[in-house]
Amino acid sequence: MPYLGGEETVKELRRALSNPHVQGDPLRHRSTVLRVIRVMSQGVDVAGLFSEMVKACATTDVVQKKLVYVFLCSYASLNPELSLLVINTLRKDCQDPNPMVRSLALRNMTNLRLPSLVEYVQQPLTAGLRDRAACVRRVAVLGWAKLHSLQPHADIDAAVVNELYSMLRDNDPVVMVNCLRALEEILKEEGGVAVNKAIAHHLLNRLKECDVWGQCEVLGVLQRYRPHSEEELFDILSLLDPYLLSPSVPVMAATLGLFLSLCCRGLPAVSLAALRRAQAPLLAACGSASPEMKFTALCHVQLLLRSLPGLMGEHYKRFFCGYAEPAYIKQRKMQVLVELVNDDNVGFVLDELKGYCTDVSPDTAQAAISAIGRIGRSYSDQCLEILTGLLGLKQEHITSVVVQTMRDLVWVCPQCSESVCEALEGCEDTLQDSQGRQALLWLLGVHGDRVSSAPYVLEAFVEQVRSEMAAGVKTELLTATMRVFLCRPAETQDTLGRLLHYCIEEEADMNVRDQALLYYRLLHCGIEETRSVLQGRRSDPSLGVLIGRPAEPVSQWARSFNTLEPLRQCNAGAESAPQAAPYHLALDPEPTPGSGGGQLGLSLSPALSPQQFEHLWLGGPQCPHGEPGKGLQAALQRSHIQTMAFTPPHTLPWRVYLYTHTRWGGPAPRGPTLVLGELLYTGGRGLRVTAKQRPRDDEAMKGFLQVLSGALHTSSTGSC
Amino acid sequence: MISQIFILSSKGDHLIYKDFRGEVGKDAVTVFYEKVTALTGDQPPVVMSHKELHFVHIRQGGLYWVVTTTADSSPFTLVEFLNRLTTLIKDYCGSLSEKSVRMNFALIYELLDEVVDNGYIQTTSTDILKNFIQTEAVTSKPFSLFDLSNVGLFGAETQQSKVAPSAAAARPIMSSRGDQGGKSEIFVDVVERMSVVIGSNGVLMKVDVEGQIRVKCYMPSCLEMRIGLNEEFSIGKSQLRGYGAAVRVDECSFHQAVKLDEFDQHRILKVCPSQGEHVVMQYLLSDELPSAPPFRLFPTIERDNGGRLLMYLKLRCDLPPKRADREPCVSVCSRSPSLSQELSSPDQKAELRAETRAVHWDIPRFPGGAQLSALFKLEVPGLSSASMMEVGPVGLSFELPKYTCTGLQIRFLRLTPVQAGSSQRWVRYVTHSDSYTIRI
Repeated sequence: MPYLGGEETVKELRRALSNPHVQGDPLRHRSTVLRVIRVMSQGVDVAGLFSEMVKACATTDVVQKKLVYVFLCSYASLNPELSLLVINTLRKDCQDPNPMVRSLALRNMTNLRLPSLVEYVQQPLTAGLRDRAACVRRVAVLGWAKLHSLQPHADIDAAVVNELYSMLRDNDPVVMVNCLRALEEILKEEGGVAVNKAIAHHLLNRLKECDVWGQCEVLGVLQRYRPHSEEELFDILSLLDPYLLSPSVPVMAATLGLFLSLCCRGLPAVSLAALRRAQAPLLAACGSASPEMKFTALCHVQLLLRSLPGLMGEHYKRFFCGYAEPAYIKQRKMQVLVELVNDDNVGFVLDELKGYCTDVSPDTAQAAISAIGRIGRSYSDQCLEILTGLLGLKQEHITSVVVQTMRDLVWVCPQCSESVCEALEGCEDTLQDSQGRQALLWLLGVHGDRVSSAPYVLEAFVEQVRSEMAAGVKTELLTATMRVFLCRPAETQDTLGRLLHYCIEEEADMNVRDQALLYYRLLHCGIEETRSVLQGRRSDPSLGVLIGRPAEPVSQWARSFNTLEPLRQCNAGAESAPQAAPYHLALDPEPTPGSGGGQLGLSLSPALSPQQFEHLWLGGPQCPHGEPGKGLQAALQRSHIQTMAFTPPHTLPWRVYLYTHTRWGGPAPRGPTLVLGELLYTGGRGLRVTAKQRPRDDEAMKGFLQVLSGALHTSSTGSC
Repeated sequence: MISQIFILSSKGDHLIYKDFRGEVGKDAVTVFYEKVTALTGDQPPVVMSHKELHFVHIRQGGLYWVVTTTADSSPFTLVEFLNRLTTLIKDYCGSLSEKSVRMNFALIYELLDEVVDNGYIQTTSTDILKNFIQTEAVTSKPFSLFDLSNVGLFGAETQQSKVAPSAAAARPIMSSRGDQGGKSEIFVDVVERMSVVIGSNGVLMKVDVEGQIRVKCYMPSCLEMRIGLNEEFSIGKSQLRGYGAAVRVDECSFHQAVKLDEFDQHRILKVCPSQGEHVVMQYLLSDELPSAPPFRLFPTIERDNGGRLLMYLKLRCDLPPKRADREPCVSVCSRSPSLSQELSSPDQKAELRAETRAVHWDIPRFPGGAQLSALFKLEVPGLSSASMMEVGPVGLSFELPKYTCTGLQIRFLRLTPVQAGSSQRWVRYVTHSDSYTIRI
């Protein structure tokens, strides 16, 4: 924080620094410099002291030198001319007999970040690469990377690159790792260090000499290496195996990441085995004393569970929440607990979750109730019993979430509706927030025939409609009243009339009024018309009782393992979770392929005209692929695949022409690819897919086929 | 790859700011503080993003320790690095607080300069760093021998505490020579964290004990240290050793510098401790305890005629009589707005804290074998049978010195070569309650 009187302080400091008595006394000089740095880190602008500080740099006191360098590196870019004065002192220090002084000078020379100084820096850096002290070589190697980032468009000096490659064989492990880092940066355009067989094996052999940070770095670079034979691959894997159980979590994670990148394509069984093996250290990290580490581990456990549902099922107690844990960890643990539920532990898990429902923090309580709702999809009776019990507490926030959870549950498990309808009686008095009331209204509308008090509850709502603020509640009220009117006309007619009258005549919100008008005109068309429009499905027909999640292939998420991605996704999830949409757009347990988690995204723009399509189709090279499955084209649009033309259903052969553009997520930017496809169904079991693309990109093709087959599967389960 | 490291106080004051790569402006600090203070309670704070910049931070000692990065780095590495950085700074500055960071900013800049170069972690080992670090730590109060007055020598069976006071280990590892601070000492701490859930019927529903053996070394040079654990120590379920009460853990892992050639035979760990604090061994015991859990609670909850909720708590300490607990605190969740209380002794205290909506019952001293009781009368508006469900669970927080619930003990501690008389070795045991929950 900048504080007042900054200018006075700077003036006083300048006076002190230029005082010959202070300069003569090393201790006083040092403490004055110290004061400058202190003021600087408090946020005062001390750039005016630059020339005085440059003079203070010429000293034999190493501590003072270090302090001055902290100052110079912060302000050098503002004073490029004055910085030239420093370079002489620095170059002299590079000749110092003390290696510590040499490394210090070299490091700060490159930290000044002034392109004008590059010519003065190159010579000492070249000398630094051959210094006999390892600490100087460490600094010199990274110095070249810093120089490169100063002039990113300058030509790369081949001699330096060669020297760095040869220094991968340096005795000091940190120098070796720094060489890797520097080369990665300098050769970024070419895709980083070229990891050939010799380098890969050399790195693997030196791995145990490095400290944990070096190991992580080396393991990361090795991800790019592709072994030439299966035999070599297994040699590497067995060499790396002990690192999977490393007590240091970063090393374990980096090793697992390498395992996944080496095997997830060809050997899914091996990568699954690696995941199983790494579960013990990962579990240990989930119990770490540092909450941040706990959180990181929990997010990665969730990734693992996508491919191995039910893994760690017997360790479910490790995910019970602690008394004083932060709310975000509690919520994450509950999400994991939901995934771990099986026949043996469901009782214990529910018992534990029930305890959290009355937590003092409303967020935690709500998360616990939603978790019970999720478990309810497989174990509905036990969960409904708990949820009904919670309604008895008559707490606003609890009742609201319970009603929302029940609504979600009924949509997926229609067999629960009986007991939900019984439980609903009397909870309307406790509900205060709009989300909860919307959920209640939806339930009353859809199951109005079974809730005996439904018309009277609605009547009470209609009476207070004038004081109602939320438009969402009003539209929900309209729909619910209409629906109840259809099944119990005698009791609801009067209420509905009053509501429609109010909404059409007095309501200010355009949306609500339009909806009321729509319903009013619909009623004019006759009761059968209204019924066919309003009485849709009461539950999601494509989802039965869920028996666990289907296992995803590891390759779906392997790329985001050990990156910030899983932790960030959680961020987004937490933001959207509390506002569940009343019409359940997000009910699918899997994200829609293509738009969801995968690396490959598809898009519809730029759109193609039929002529263009024909032109492209006839022109492109063919790459035929066989693909099993049968189904309709309904889900394609949802996966961002545009159907261009198709033959009418029930004619053979049945054909669909489609196109899409691939776009890549992730760090490596790639150009979009246009994919054209033809689906051909000639009867019998198979569906033939022919695809063309430009430009050619095999990985994009693979991804496209994955998305396509996913979409085909969804549509076939939906229609059959 | 690390772009910047900065340390902020909880009020957002800039304490330390270091830019390693010059990619991001200094305004990142302000952006971070705005983002972190805008989070609601349930949003995970660890990773936050602003445009292309990612913030990874931890909270330690009431401070924000933040790393920014533009590349998609490994979160495990960044979080572990920040944790290691805090221990390193604690080693060098003596303690971790806003005050000590403010006073030692020059030392911290120097450390950061050596630890990270161009955004890459170079080393965090005190063995290497001690050759480079020149600045001396500034401590708020000089280390004084009087703090040690109640400490017996290691191994001496005095009636007084065999444990060094906790302040003794809270001094910087580097001090000027000749001062009494330069004394060579080594501390071996066995620290266990219990997380326990006890059901309403008194049955243990979940027990996890996570233990660590930490070595904090102040010796400038030490060739090798041998730590002897109980001979009966066994890992896993199948393997049982010795005749005495078995000391069993489920999982166990060691620091990579520990030599285990004598571990299988004699349960001896060999380490060459470097200066500062290190975790030598970590272990975990789950699902069963060798002895009874340290505290049992017998709750009774009733409604009285006046529409109040009567909560009668009887708490028993099942430790051996000589052991005593240091200031345990019991907290019971409830939504009641007012409270009246009857406690069994006048030095105890109970209060209703609005922010946690819980009754806190502080007990200054709780000797083993003792039993305490308290009666709380809670005014609950609109009392119904459901209000009974809302009371609880009960959480206990405590710290048990000189006690390990796994029974792990250190038999001996031997340094080679044998140091001159000035070296002191301390062994300390402590059990913390990570989360000790009793359901009602």
